[in-house]
Amino acid sequence: MAKAYLSIEGVGVTFTKGAARSEVLTGIDLRVDKGEFVSIIGHSGCGKSTLLNVVAGLAPVTTGAVILDKQEVNAPGPDRAVVFQNHSLLPWLSVRENVSLAVNKVFGASKSAAERRDWTLHNLDLVKMTHAMDKRPAEISGGMKQRVGIARALAMEPKVLLLDEPFGALDALTRAHLQDSVMEIHATLNNTVLMVTHDVDEAALLSDRIVMMTNGPRASIGQVLDVSLDRPRDRLAVAQDPTYIHARAAVIEFLYARRAA
Amino acid sequence: MTFPKPSFSPAEPVVSPVIAPPAGETRTSGLAEVKRRAGAVAAAVIPPLLTLLAILGVWQVVTGDSYAGLPSPAHVWTDSKTLILDPFFDNGGVDKGLFWHVLTSLKRVGIGFSISAVCGVMLGVLIGSNRWAHRGLDPIFQVLRTVPPLAWLPISLAAFREAQPSALFVIFITSIWPIIINTAVGVRNIPADYVNVAKVLRLSPVEYFFQILLPATAPYIFTGLRIGIGMSWLAIVASEMLLGGVGVGFFIWDQYNASRISDIIVALAWVGLTGFFLDRLVALLGHVIARGGAAS
Ligand SMILES: Nc1ncnc2c1ncn2[C@@H]1O[C@H](COP(=O)(O)OP(=O)(O)O)[C@@H](O)[C@H]1O
Ligand SMILES: [Mg+2]
Repeated sequence: MAKAYLSIEGVGVTFTKGAARSEVLTGIDLRVDKGEFVSIIGHSGCGKSTLLNVVAGLAPVTTGAVILDKQEVNAPGPDRAVVFQNHSLLPWLSVRENVSLAVNKVFGASKSAAERRDWTLHNLDLVKMTHAMDKRPAEISGGMKQRVGIARALAMEPKVLLLDEPFGALDALTRAHLQDSVMEIHATLNNTVLMVTHDVDEAALLSDRIVMMTNGPRASIGQVLDVSLDRPRDRLAVAQDPTYIHARAAVIEFLYARRAA
Repeated sequence: MTFPKPSFSPAEPVVSPVIAPPAGETRTSGLAEVKRRAGAVAAAVIPPLLTLLAILGVWQVVTGDSYAGLPSPAHVWTDSKTLILDPFFDNGGVDKGLFWHVLTSLKRVGIGFSISAVCGVMLGVLIGSNRWAHRGLDPIFQVLRTVPPLAWLPISLAAFREAQPSALFVIFITSIWPIIINTAVGVRNIPADYVNVAKVLRLSPVEYFFQILLPATAPYIFTGLRIGIGMSWLAIVASEMLLGGVGVGFFIWDQYNASRISDIIVALAWVGLTGFFLDRLVALLGHVIARGGAAS
């Protein structure tokens, strides 16, 4: 069997605090191909963020391993850029400085100062934020902050882009705009994306595959669903598509009907 | 939590060099701006002035014309006219205008406080970021910080055997605690998100210190520095009283021994105003440096 680009192999995570042990994840197996967009969906507190943090290297595995591009992940790094739920921009830096901090750190040795400046602007342009690049995070809206967070992550040219409920705190309209932007960017750059969400429509619209997690504690992968819709996807057209309707229904059935019993 | 940024709104409207706005509009908005600013200044200055006048009035009525006990404002004026009007005279020795006394005290505070600012921030970062340093040092600091400044003086005199370093040490030891404690709280409160960003970017410890830790902690540090500089000013006056020589603290003690209460009242006004300006200076510095603040 050919090795996948990103491979999560038998991952289990147990947190220990003093004498208290809580097993959050157990036996997680997942393979993600290059260029694939995979969503992780599950109820709140089941361990989605923990799984993403394991891939990011921010949380240690208790059992198993994560392998990205033939290398084992054991520390955080810019090849696995994370977009956090609450934007996590540095408030004392302007929008442009937030991105250039990452660019200068990642490409400090390989690009000239002018190239790094251009690369910063290019990524701000990708998320349509060049007009506000000299503003501070406190001066822009929540949706704009998330765009900058995405630009910062993209600017690191990560092997895999990790999104932790990136649009969870946004209103429906802003969220739809950002989803369209993410689809566009994915179409142009063909990045490998792992996205945590609790929004069924978002998962069905954006993903090539939806990974459904069982409820914690000791959460694992309950079911994986292929969403074989053609790209580019249009949110209006897709709403009538039987594949989309089926995918949505399957996820809802998994989350609410089967789990409630 | 947002920290106000320094505002640089110009008093006059900025004139655009390319397209001149309609002349009338600029003039009226400029005038309105000047009026608004004058109003704001008046609102800030007039109430305390009125209060001051009221206090002086009550004081004058209560103390009256008697020369015993606390002098009235009128007596202060007649007794200490030269001291009030000429802060810059210098007759050699300790017979100098109040400006020179305050300046000498300020120099001591400047040196002592600078040392405590540097050491305080470093120790604060240490106990804020290291669990064992926190467990070991925090209880000791919590005890030591309650020791009053004057209690340190005999100890520091015994250790240094000289007035000058002893005074500096008292300033240092008095002002360092709020700096340490506030810095440590700031470091412990750095949002986990910022730390994660630093980890993903693989910032080196030095980069982390300057790019994340210092800016994220700056508002806390400046709170500590503000409290610290206030305390060091309290300490200098107290410690100079015992040390002698030039300095506003000794000036007060000297005038007390000479029963010149009016001069002491004038010196107190200088001490109070200087302390007020020191506080404002550090606060202003904090606003300029903290820029966006720790969190949005
Ligand atoms: N650092 C940690 N230490 C102890 N328990 C944790 C830690 N991080 C997460 N948990 C626990 O793991 C569980 C899953 O959390 P999380 O991954 O954030 O869930 P989700 O993102 O799916 O809402 C929760 O019960 C949470 O309390
Ligand atoms: Mg989560």
